[in-house]
Amino acid sequence: MRLRVNGQDHDVDVPEDMPLLWVLRDVLSLTGTKFGCGMAQCGACTVHVGDGPARSCVLPIGAVGDRAVTTIEGLSSGGLHPVQQAWIDEDVVQCGYCQPGQVMAAAALLKAKPRPTDADIDAALSANLCRCGTYQRIRAAVHRAAGQTGGRS
Amino acid sequence: MSATGISRRTFLRASAEAAGALTIAFYAGPLAAQEGPAAAPKPLPDPNAFLRIAPDGTVTVVLSHAEMGQGMWTGLVMLLAEELDLDWSKLQVEHAPVAAVYAHPFFGIQMTGGSTSIASEFDRYRQVGALARTLLVQAAAQKWGVPVADCRAVKGEVIAGSRRASYGELAAAAAALPRPATVTLKPRSSWTVIGTPHKRLDSRAKVTGQAGFGMDVHFPGLHTALVARSPYFGGKVKRVDGAPALKVPGVRAVVQVPSGVAVVADNFWAAKLGRAALDVEWDPGDGGAIDTTELARSYRALAGQPGAVKAKAAGDIAAAMKTAAHVVEAEYDLPYLAHAPMEPLNCTVRITAGKCEIWTGTQLQTVDQGTAAEITGLKPEQVEIHTQFLGGGFGRRATPTSDFVREAVQVAKAANLPVKTVWTREDDIHGGYYRPQFFHKVKVGLDAQGAPVAWQHMLVGQSFLIGTPFEGMVKNGVDPTAVEGVFDSAYLADVPNHLVEHHAPRSPVTTLWWRSVGHSHTGFVMETMIDELAKAAGQDPLAYRRVRLAKHARHLGALELATAKAGWGTPPPRGRFRGLAVHESFNSYVAQVAEVSVDAGRIRVHRVVCAIDCGTAVNPAGVAAQLESAVVFGLSAALHGEITFREGRVQQSNFHDYPPLRLHEMPVVEVHIVPSTEKPSGVGEPGVPPIAPAVANAVFAATGKRLRRLPLRLA
Repeated sequence: MRLRVNGQDHDVDVPEDMPLLWVLRDVLSLTGTKFGCGMAQCGACTVHVGDGPARSCVLPIGAVGDRAVTTIEGLSSGGLHPVQQAWIDEDVVQCGYCQPGQVMAAAALLKAKPRPTDADIDAALSANLCRCGTYQRIRAAVHRAAGQTGGRS
Repeated sequence: MSATGISRRTFLRASAEAAGALTIAFYAGPLAAQEGPAAAPKPLPDPNAFLRIAPDGTVTVVLSHAEMGQGMWTGLVMLLAEELDLDWSKLQVEHAPVAAVYAHPFFGIQMTGGSTSIASEFDRYRQVGALARTLLVQAAAQKWGVPVADCRAVKGEVIAGSRRASYGELAAAAAALPRPATVTLKPRSSWTVIGTPHKRLDSRAKVTGQAGFGMDVHFPGLHTALVARSPYFGGKVKRVDGAPALKVPGVRAVVQVPSGVAVVADNFWAAKLGRAALDVEWDPGDGGAIDTTELARSYRALAGQPGAVKAKAAGDIAAAMKTAAHVVEAEYDLPYLAHAPMEPLNCTVRITAGKCEIWTGTQLQTVDQGTAAEITGLKPEQVEIHTQFLGGGFGRRATPTSDFVREAVQVAKAANLPVKTVWTREDDIHGGYYRPQFFHKVKVGLDAQGAPVAWQHMLVGQSFLIGTPFEGMVKNGVDPTAVEGVFDSAYLADVPNHLVEHHAPRSPVTTLWWRSVGHSHTGFVMETMIDELAKAAGQDPLAYRRVRLAKHARHLGALELATAKAGWGTPPPRGRFRGLAVHESFNSYVAQVAEVSVDAGRIRVHRVVCAIDCGTAVNPAGVAAQLESAVVFGLSAALHGEITFREGRVQQSNFHDYPPLRLHEMPVVEVHIVPSTEKPSGVGEPGVPPIAPAVANAVFAATGKRLRRLPLRLA
């Protein structure tokens, strides 16, 4: 099966029902995308498939088709993505395990809505759990990144 | 060998003074905190264990404590950097290997927990920095033939007049110098790092996906295992047929271990399919009948009998109760709680001739090392532990039985392969080591002015120390982790007649410390009861607490700061109601004011104002983050958290039915730090206990209903 990840094509020999998450992690060694729940409840596995966010833990690789997959490793080709920079500036992370998923979800939100309201952020990011409770800073960081990305999207 | 599995002998062999030291620490943090000035001066640490300086000037700081979100990757570095001025662009940080030199200064074994990392390392990491600075400066002075007094260490360089040399250039000469027996640490008035907010040093790695968690370990030849464990606590495999699992492509082995049946495969997905295909029959053992309703009933019945243990007693409680002007009685139910860290448990093990290598996120390296040595027949020093970033700990990665490390070593040994044993979220939620279920029965007699004159307090709940290597923490039959926050409460100190008793029923359900340990339930009970007493006395909750805590300046300091910032005494926004709590734990004092609304029975928390007195706040930015974190962790439990049993089975399984707080429920959290020159005390946990009672007290203000069980439900 052929899979396009972060701009590179890969031929992978795996069953069609294998979730994208485990192809990324166990076959392609792209471990930035995390396993948290296995049932699309926590968002730690969030990647972009095509233009939108997807929970890779429940997405069979056979359903990806020819859509391009972007993971945290491929979010920004040169330097940090504005969302990543905003996360650093707002001192968001704690344990950090959920944060690649949070960053991917936030980047997808800003692509769709360059100037999100708090309600937009709630709607887009409430599916991403953080057990350390960094939500207040996540919200601030999304707004900060929106300020930086607003002009270019 | 006890029921929990670890051999006491092995544990003691692995860590000579562990039991005694641990007794001091977890239980009576105050003793540990006093230890510094009172104890005989300890020899200076070996700087080479904690600091490496490469010829190119790269400085690597080695952490004796694990980074699990609480900010040690930054905080410990700050302590060292206070004494050794660093070029932060040339800084690297890494977790220590397991070795005696990294033993926790309070506890005597290598571990992370008890909200003690900064408190316990406050002197050691500064001493390492000061030693290095002293030697580097001496080396420069000798090199240039100038007096030491003319040399200054600044941002990675030693400078004397127009001469300068990087730490890297001087490191070899400095290492060859004799070490001084003492160093002088900078006085507080000269600090430039401690007390100044510093952003985290692990952010970039964590937002780019480069940070290495245990789950991310991979190397050629590594396999993944999932273990089928009994659905009943204490259950055992009765019969297993591994053949259907072995037919799944990618499955390499099916092996039995004491905890169940492991399916070893090329990757997680194959292991998961293989485990699902296993044909296993379980013998439920004693755990087959566990039922939450029945458990609550039996705890209530037990509370009616004299306690097995008197944790604290003074005066004639019965006589005082008879003469009291008012008597207030209440009962409280608190559920089992899972830690549910975002990173499911996992542990990678590779056993080769004369060596066992372990890669995992753990809070308890010394115990894990001893456990692995016992299983493999190796010496402890032949067991290497590569501590990874922890995707959350909250106590779950500090099991006295080393449960998840033990099992992973057993799997790797049985399979004779390098194996990463991974837990699914369901395995985690079903997997025990919960905060124990508790029942409290409290009776308080008040005099005519509303002051408590008699306080009778019965607690019923499992001990997770009895029967483990940590049993040494139990003194005179009292498990301090069960009754802390009650028997040492500031409120009880001035009550002339009081009695605190504890029943510790045995159960096959495994239990464990859960962020803030006993305070996670006692803080709720004490601070909602105090609110009830204030009401009974016809007094404002703040005014009532001020009188009760008049002799407890640090409680009062936190209380006054939080209430002032929250606008206590001024009208809250329309439709909102305030509740208050203050609680001491881990030698720190936290007050919180919660602003809550109730709409159609739904509790919504809008704003939480926190004040903490944690002594010297080494990284104020980290303190703020930990308080925000504690509020969320505590609210998750207060509003949603509950593990229940029916017919021996846990009824929850994943985040849909064990839901932590989500972004849309997040209140605005404000953190204020009480200025202090005391030694640093706990930060990671003390923010948890006050939030549930602050919210419950606000709900009372809103509805007139006293909620005495968690999670809080109005229906």
